[in-house]
Amino acid sequence: MNLHEYQAKQLFARYGVPVTKGEAAATPAQAVAAAERLGGDLWVVKAQVHAGGRGKAGGVKLARSAEEVRAAAESMLGRRLTTKQTGAEGLPINQVFVEAGSQIERELYLSMLVDRGRERIAIMASQDGGMDIEEVAANTPERIVTVAIHPAVGLQPYQARQLGFALGLDQAQLKQFIPLVQNLYRMFDASDASLVEINPLIVNTAGDLLALDAKINIEDNALFRQSELRALRDPSQEDPMERSAAEHDLNYVSLDGNIACMVNGAGLAMATMDLIKLHGGEPANFLDVGGGATPERVAAAFKLILSNPAVAAILVNIFGGIVRCDDIANGIIQAVREIGIAVPVVVRLEGTNVEAGKALLADSGLDIQAADDLTDAARKVVAAA
Amino acid sequence: MSVLINKDSRIICQGLTGRQGSFHAEQCIEYGTQIVAGVTPGRGGEQHLGVPVFDTVSQAVAETGATVSMLFVPAPFAADAILAAADGGIELIVCITEGIPVLDMVRVKEVLKDYDCRLIGPNCPGIITPGECKIGIMPGFIHQPGRVGVISRSGTLTYEAVYQTTCNGLGQTTCIGIGGDPVRGMNFIDCLELFEQDPATEGIIMVGEIGGTDEEAAARYIQAHVTKPVVAYIAGVTAPPGKRMGHAGAIISGGEGTAAAKFAALEAARVKTVRSPAELGSAMKELLG
Repeated sequence: MNLHEYQAKQLFARYGVPVTKGEAAATPAQAVAAAERLGGDLWVVKAQVHAGGRGKAGGVKLARSAEEVRAAAESMLGRRLTTKQTGAEGLPINQVFVEAGSQIERELYLSMLVDRGRERIAIMASQDGGMDIEEVAANTPERIVTVAIHPAVGLQPYQARQLGFALGLDQAQLKQFIPLVQNLYRMFDASDASLVEINPLIVNTAGDLLALDAKINIEDNALFRQSELRALRDPSQEDPMERSAAEHDLNYVSLDGNIACMVNGAGLAMATMDLIKLHGGEPANFLDVGGGATPERVAAAFKLILSNPAVAAILVNIFGGIVRCDDIANGIIQAVREIGIAVPVVVRLEGTNVEAGKALLADSGLDIQAADDLTDAARKVVAAA
Repeated sequence: MSVLINKDSRIICQGLTGRQGSFHAEQCIEYGTQIVAGVTPGRGGEQHLGVPVFDTVSQAVAETGATVSMLFVPAPFAADAILAAADGGIELIVCITEGIPVLDMVRVKEVLKDYDCRLIGPNCPGIITPGECKIGIMPGFIHQPGRVGVISRSGTLTYEAVYQTTCNGLGQTTCIGIGGDPVRGMNFIDCLELFEQDPATEGIIMVGEIGGTDEEAAARYIQAHVTKPVVAYIAGVTAPPGKRMGHAGAIISGGEGTAAAKFAALEAARVKTVRSPAELGSAMKELLG
């Protein structure tokens, strides 16, 4: 689950990580009022969307007067912002963050994530702040310093110093940096974050360190014990189909093709997409109906798939292990009858009671093509689409 | 022969009295698995599915001599249950539970270094030695005792590989589902090492997926240490970057974890790769004759 920048900065502030002063606003008038409260003569108005690359997409604007703050807020609120991370349709801007302008001396990079290889939380720092860190990692990996944190003792002062020296900080800045990174680690651990990124972490002309941007991702598996953070979820930033799928306990990811698939199990669902592609088709989605695959879930899955107008054919691929193929066949028949599916449906069943399942599909009088195996299923659905 | 478990393995089930635990433990018992006790804190002294229930793992181990635990404990309590198993003297912990917070697993992995025990999972179908012992949620009937070792990060996709090797007569020595989480117990390399040493295993099928770099590490290991033929498939060629594909660990992030990179690493290690999961069984048949 992603947080907005303004939410992330509130969380930073609570843990003693210094941030630029600012307020979220949902209307241009609120934005102007926020700028007046902040004072000064330079503000930055930033679109609040769950995506990076906002600056280049026109989602970050400088303002030197109340009128410019209003104009910037008006140009964003109620619109959609398309960045290189959002896809063509972009994300809705329901709030802007108005912050006091900063006099920037240096831009640094700092992030924390769960390092799968090391099986520990890792902290990465680089002097190349404000840039695309993936490019830095690819082109000049020596300019990124990483430390891994032992889970029993947490971040040690020597590690914080190591990062601080690598960032080229002076003694006065180190005195700010060490508690900053220790507090950030405390926040990461206590919030069950999976990623925290400050890009850039700035040194301003007064020599102070401040988080100019803030990105936080909270691990979905831990939301059960993060009730306060759970409340910060913004469904407007999620794909509507993925959101609706989640409400039915279905795992769904939208893709650009026209062959929908419904599969039990995440690995088999990915493999089914790959098979469609391998046989010359384009998958429209990833959809895992889970081990249960009850008639209700199958019906919900069909409805979901069909709400994508691009879908020209559907492949149902179920390996019935604990679930029985005849039960699944009944679920499919019930769903097809109820919803009235107008596109070709290819069904491949394997596993317990497969013959009974196939017979049910054949006798249903519905236009369902049965496939004998994975390859046959992929060929048939690509031909039908 | 087999790896890790056989007909003599004595198994307790943590979470036996729960809905999932009861359902799957009953299927395991039907398969012939020796489930000798259950552990549910506060239910000690009861009988369930014909076996005694204990309050703690230590008691269950002391009373039954079990060395393996199958976990169906709900995610919020699963990390604690894994540590209880390790501290109770269990040698092989099979954690089926899905949805354990990754930071819990980071802490668990650190503590497990103090114990002489192995963890399979979490978020996995379990482990089976066909005809002898089934620990987990996989359908027993698709398996057949035989010659191939199977290692996989996925559930139903493993069943495809298994069923193909059953249908073409190869059969399996042991099948290990290592799970779909980013931080987990046994990895490809640990399993490859066991199958390489197991005299009954003639070939190894490896089913990976996008996310992380474990398949790349496995490829390097195979090149250096594995003499038996290996067939591999990676799911997720068509998966878009930055999206979690069902499994918590199945995500391409920062340009890392693509199927293309994994296929390339495996091919460089002279592993026989297949682009269609439907060809796993036939590719292995070709190699083993």
